[in-house]
Amino acid sequence: MSDIPRWAEEDLWRKIAIWVTAGMFVILIVLTFDSVAVITSGSDRVPAYSVINNRIYYRHDRKRGFQVPVIGDEAPLFGKVVTEDEAAEMVSHGKLTVQAKNCMNCHTLLGNGAYYAPDLTKAWLDPAWGNEQSREKMMVDFLMDPETNARTYGTSRKMPNLDITEEEAKAIVAFLKWMSSIDTTGFPAAFPTIRQEGDL
Amino acid sequence: MSTLAIGQFSLSRLTGGQKLAINYFVVAIALFVAQCLFGLIAGLQYVMPEVGYNWLDFSVNRMVHINAMVVWMLYGFIGSVYWLVEEEAGTELVGLKLGILGFWVLTAAVVVVVLVYLFVQTGPGEIETIWFINEGREYIEAPRWADIGIVVCVGIFFYNTAATFNKGKWSGISGVLVLDLVALAGMYLAGMFYTANISMDQFWWWWVIHLWVEATWEVLVGCIMAWGLIKTLGASRKVVTTWLYVEVALMFGSGILGLGHHYFWIGTPEYWLTVGGFFSALEPIPLVAMVVHAIYDSGVHKFKNANHPALAWLIAHAFGNFFGAGVWGFMHTLPQINLYTHGTQWTSSHGHLAFFGAYATIIIAVIYIAIQKARGDVYMGAGLSTGWRWKWAFTLLNLGVVGMTMALLIAGYEQSFVERALEGSSWSAYFSAQSTHWFLQGMYWREFWGVVTCAGLGLLVWDMLTISAGEKRIAVVVQEAAAAA
Repeated sequence: MSDIPRWAEEDLWRKIAIWVTAGMFVILIVLTFDSVAVITSGSDRVPAYSVINNRIYYRHDRKRGFQVPVIGDEAPLFGKVVTEDEAAEMVSHGKLTVQAKNCMNCHTLLGNGAYYAPDLTKAWLDPAWGNEQSREKMMVDFLMDPETNARTYGTSRKMPNLDITEEEAKAIVAFLKWMSSIDTTGFPAAFPTIRQEGDL
Repeated sequence: MSTLAIGQFSLSRLTGGQKLAINYFVVAIALFVAQCLFGLIAGLQYVMPEVGYNWLDFSVNRMVHINAMVVWMLYGFIGSVYWLVEEEAGTELVGLKLGILGFWVLTAAVVVVVLVYLFVQTGPGEIETIWFINEGREYIEAPRWADIGIVVCVGIFFYNTAATFNKGKWSGISGVLVLDLVALAGMYLAGMFYTANISMDQFWWWWVIHLWVEATWEVLVGCIMAWGLIKTLGASRKVVTTWLYVEVALMFGSGILGLGHHYFWIGTPEYWLTVGGFFSALEPIPLVAMVVHAIYDSGVHKFKNANHPALAWLIAHAFGNFFGAGVWGFMHTLPQINLYTHGTQWTSSHGHLAFFGAYATIIIAVIYIAIQKARGDVYMGAGLSTGWRWKWAFTLLNLGVVGMTMALLIAGYEQSFVERALEGSSWSAYFSAQSTHWFLQGMYWREFWGVVTCAGLGLLVWDMLTISAGEKRIAVVVQEAAAAA
């Protein structure tokens, strides 16, 4: 026993293991409290659900060095201004539908999920929807009948028909619009957005 | 007992806990087969998208592929712990009947969940769908009723393990193991709630996924590795226990805050770029320690060991863990790179090598140790008449997974470059990258190596059922070495 150097002793490493684990866990808990407050909806980084009443831009911020969401003037979704509660209900229905239809096993959301279909983080702002006027209708039509309205860009990869109702489709669009307003620290980078009124 | 010939497979040679472990291993391997078959179909859909369209879609295949993997690995871990707990504690398993009940309840739940995945697939956008069909969150898609069942069954497993050590004796390995199981079970609870807020959803979702895969699972396999080296090589308990503490310190020291590398782009504060980038960059270090540990011990014992296939898979684990989890993870963990690789085939390249290298390998090793005992401590050394089978299974599985990893990496490089860096991640950018010949070649090669992997798996199953069946020699005896002086 005596010829085992101190630094190689079992007892020393047991103590180090315990203290390092405990220390790291405490730091994680502290950072978790801080992060949870920052990502609660209604914060600067994760806006309130009623942001769906406004136009959302994704613009380069010179100070931060990457694109950030910018909340613009009023541009109600489906032409109707909603209260915070109504917006929360609609976004929640959209999120539930995204989960119920297993979207995440083809798409990514905030970059997490599967890689068989495009990322949805900024899908609301994607140039694929033509222009601001046609966007909402195109998105709803696509979600309800993705086979006929397939957008495969020359690949034959198509979204399946998931029996999405009109109400669910509109809720998904609300969820996607709200998600596009989250400050994701510049992800995705160099994203070309759809042309919107008030563009610089 | 005395009428049983050496080489004959019999559960009567095993203790209660070990018999229960065999049940877990059988289901684990069945799910491993399911994982690979559904992976093959999902891989095929990349090159032939019309296959299964509207009835067995990619989302369904991919969900079964990754869920079968998570569940078979959990089964493998539970089986491994049930296998070693009595020997390590020096007493009989506490709560065996409860453990058997837990196994059947869990297995019935898994069967129902898989059938619902395959035949119901999705539901309306209501909370009931999340409770009874599919939670729709990657890796933890199991509906909420099944989550509760899993927690109860894992609770039984935890009770049995802790109570057995408590009744018998504690050791360094068992102490780390039990504390790790508390954390492992606790983390799962972080994934059992619904919120409309996708940032909050993913924040806690990563508590489950990361703190399982990159922290508690790693420590769990560290415990199994420590026990496995004593078992196959006769390594000194004092040495492996000290190494285990070193690994725990390094693993939790880097892996707990390494969680931050999943908090770069989900709405979380920017300090995670620094915290996550720094600590996740340290994550390969404990994996290097594990390689050194395994190779050093093998060298010290001049590779004289009781079970050749088991030791081969343990060594594969040490390297697979280091390269798959460590190197492949490190390659895209820094935020400056991750901005472009996050959510591309890079991640699937890393995922394939990491899950296989870190976890599949070591479970296979323990299963070989179990088979040896069930065949009456039969010889499993050099010169087995059917030795080519385990060697080819080993070769094909490792080659197949490495092949898939490289093919996906090339696809991932191309996707990051074309879709992310050049064209800016729009839908047209996505499809533009998916259509290049580099990407498609990657997908064809992935499918080819997937078939190789499946061939290896077929051979592995055959070998597990038959290895040393006709063997009359007994195992090479390895004595646990005295404490290193």
